Amino acid sequence: MAYSDKVLDHYSNPRNVGSMDKNSQEVGTGLVGAPECGDVMKLQIKVNPQTQVIEDAKFKTFGCGSAIASSSLATEWVKGKTVEEALQIKNTEIVKELSLPPVKIHCSVLAEDAIRAAIHDWKKKNGSANANAPVPAGSQASH
Amino acid sequence: MSTDIKTATLEQRTQAPDGIKLPIYMDNHATTPMDPRVLEAMLPYFMEKFGNAASRNHPFGWTAEEAVEQAREQIAKLIGATAKEIIFTSGATESDNLAIKGVAEMYREKGNHIITAVTEHKAVLDTCKRLEKNGYRVTYLPVQKDGLVDLEDLKRAIDDKTILVTIMAANNEIGVLQPWREIGKICRERGVLFHTDGVQAVGKVPIDVNKDNIDLMSITAHKIYGPKGVGALYVRRKNPRVQISAIIDGGGHERGMRSGTLNVPGIVGLGKACALAKEEMAQEGAHLAALRDRLRDRIMGRLDEVYINGSMEHRLPGNLNISFAYVEGESLLMGINDVAVSSGSACTSATLEPSYVLKALGTGDDLAHSSIRFGIGRFNTEAEVDYVADRVCETVERLRELSPLYEMAKEGINLKDVKWAGE
Repeated sequence: MAYSDKVLDHYSNPRNVGSMDKNSQEVGTGLVGAPECGDVMKLQIKVNPQTQVIEDAKFKTFGCGSAIASSSLATEWVKGKTVEEALQIKNTEIVKELSLPPVKIHCSVLAEDAIRAAIHDWKKKNGSANANAPVPAGSQASH
Repeated sequence: MSTDIKTATLEQRTQAPDGIKLPIYMDNHATTPMDPRVLEAMLPYFMEKFGNAASRNHPFGWTAEEAVEQAREQIAKLIGATAKEIIFTSGATESDNLAIKGVAEMYREKGNHIITAVTEHKAVLDTCKRLEKNGYRVTYLPVQKDGLVDLEDLKRAIDDKTILVTIMAANNEIGVLQPWREIGKICRERGVLFHTDGVQAVGKVPIDVNKDNIDLMSITAHKIYGPKGVGALYVRRKNPRVQISAIIDGGGHERGMRSGTLNVPGIVGLGKACALAKEEMAQEGAHLAALRDRLRDRIMGRLDEVYINGSMEHRLPGNLNISFAYVEGESLLMGINDVAVSSGSACTSATLEPSYVLKALGTGDDLAHSSIRFGIGRFNTEAEVDYVADRVCETVERLRELSPLYEMAKEGINLKDVKWAGE
């Protein structure tokens, strides 16, 4: 399979790799996918409680090159956005940016899920009214 | 012309020890490069000696026929058969189809039961599935953790309607060698025909159709340094005399078992490849096994949580199939893009399912996704093995740093206890 230059770039130089303290009040953690399915993404955000701006984001991914690239791109995109803005990121935009082929669309879906799961976790910790809104189980679309 | 090609290939080989030539090919179960000696033998049969082997009335035909008969002899010698027992085909998929469907149709009155194993190549499994739709009964034997079938399972599976057992000699993914001699013995005692897909094993490990009680065997040229698009089926002629129905009808070539004008250059190539294998197998096998063990030791000496899939004891000399825990196979292949190997990861398969062979061994899906198949061949060198091992280790280390699973495992979390969102 031929990879786009952008996928190759994120694979070779992944942005924002790492972990933050998942017990911190300011940190939201999303863990999506399953080892049996060949994809697991962990995406973390650090949110400023006053402005609701995502000041930092980190990821770690077990998965193919497209999964790594999708989650790397997701961390780049959420940084500097408010939580509500970050929720607007659609997997189709990731597909477009990375020129993912149809067989890799599930990687972008998983990245969108990871963003939502991280925000959900942060909201739950911070007692937000929307915290109980369900996290779309889009990762299941990959199977 | 042939000399030029030979020289060019030899030059490339001599560069290998210090300045390794990239990319490195280490996927010899998929196909092998042509041996220059094979190409040299084939070349006259494209232009100068182009005759149809079925032309009985002029020297063009006679020359082609002579070459075909010499190849038949060379193939027969490699497997302890006689020349008349070799039927030429377009390759192993056709040979498997011809053997299984041919026996199924011919022996329909005797019975309708066929036995195979779950780790067979799709050319066998899908042929069996088609027969099931046509009223045949197929038993798919499981394999043990090491990839071998249990002979007791086989004995139990044979009943009075069983007409054929088809079990491969060597597996294409994990290189595991089935106990074909024992299987052949059981089949002979029970009066059941035994077909083996010998594609990966012939020319790599000794096989003797008489000592091993094999009644039919599929062979292909492109796994033994010959050309693509040509293969053969061994069909026993006595003790017992095996009969098969043709699946391709036409001019009655190959004694009616496989019509179609013979691919003379290809057949010459297959013959030459077999002759070379017969001569060099023992030495080459020892060399490949040494390289394979070197690769394994270099990888396992540096990385933890690396698992070998399938028996190390009953295995093709050039095969190594390893799972690298916490790393997904396709991303690993991407990181070693100057090395050609294969993965059992779902992402590398057309079906998006991880390797059914590894699953049959009881390897979890997670480890199946993390598997890499190395196929070391005639032209690989020690320097290449070292380079590949180092590149694999570096990449696995890098990807583990990127892996949430590795992090969780290091924190002492049992990944089996985690409730995964995607499950």
